Amino acid sequence: MDKRKLVQALFAFTTNAHVQGFLHGKIYKGKLKNICVPGLNCYSCPGALGACPIGAMQAVEGSTRYGISMYLLGALAFIGIMMGRFVCGWLCPFGWIQELLYKIPCPCKKKKVPHKVNAVFKWVKYLVLLLVILLPILTVDQFGLTTPYFCKYICPAGTLEGGIPLLLTNPTLRRAIGFLFSWKMGLLIVTILAAVLIFRPFCRYVCPLGALYSLFNLISFYHYKVDHDKCTRCGKCAKVCKMDVTVYQTPNALECIRCGECIKNCPTKAISGVWGAKEHRIHPSGKHEHAPDI
Amino acid sequence: MKPKLRKSNSIRWGILAAALLMMGIGIMNGEMQTVFEKAVNICLECIGIG
Repeated sequence: MDKRKLVQALFAFTTNAHVQGFLHGKIYKGKLKNICVPGLNCYSCPGALGACPIGAMQAVEGSTRYGISMYLLGALAFIGIMMGRFVCGWLCPFGWIQELLYKIPCPCKKKKVPHKVNAVFKWVKYLVLLLVILLPILTVDQFGLTTPYFCKYICPAGTLEGGIPLLLTNPTLRRAIGFLFSWKMGLLIVTILAAVLIFRPFCRYVCPLGALYSLFNLISFYHYKVDHDKCTRCGKCAKVCKMDVTVYQTPNALECIRCGECIKNCPTKAISGVWGAKEHRIHPSGKHEHAPDI
Repeated sequence: MKPKLRKSNSIRWGILAAALLMMGIGIMNGEMQTVFEKAVNICLECIGIG
């Protein structure tokens, strides 16, 4: 089994290991919920052991006691500066679910999204990120309350991981279903259909967490490096990249989720993942060596 | 080490220090408790009920 797929599966199951929750329609209430998981994982999923960073950020910012959430922005900046969008490619349960959906055979599947479509819609997630940070602060009512807009109106992960399992096992919640649930189910269905046709559509165009991590891709401690002495510019890396990154030109593009497909497929082994400033190079073979300065 | 590399390295360490500082401030202000209180109750908005 592919190492990345194994890590994705293990991480998704480990962070959602509260099996009793799925059986009884209740969520985990232990102390681990103080801590946020790095990927998008609804804290109302019956199995969730940690908090969702986006939901938590909106909760803190919507509270009367705080403005911008220092804890959450600090935690996400810490993860971002360490590894950029590596989280998206390896540790995000919702990203993994989308990858599984993309495996479903379909005659109209798109290997590549048209460049013009991608070039425009990839910016939508930054707008979503801005709204996630600002809306809870700007729309507090006279009682000091606000709505977690992203979770309530957009997030399909909440419907899939939290809504469906809880409603299946909790009759009280089932009686409260209304228009909002239909809206969210509609969005989930659209996301699922899109994920069958396109590789990780939610991550590409909507996810505010991916948008935040992407801002660190260029400067994160873990980043990709192209050895231009070895690179023949054959374009194989760009061809195999499902996120449509031209790796030999921009190895640390905002869209790169560090899946490592380019490293695996480079015929001259010119692409490598490196840690930090000493350019400690990690070859696909797993062997380490010190690389020269950029 | 070349100047360009040294500069990007300084930026990395600067952001890392700022991130840790922000986390520390947030934790001391009690934000973790707010996260906990939100996370241990079913978020009706998240699941499409509230």
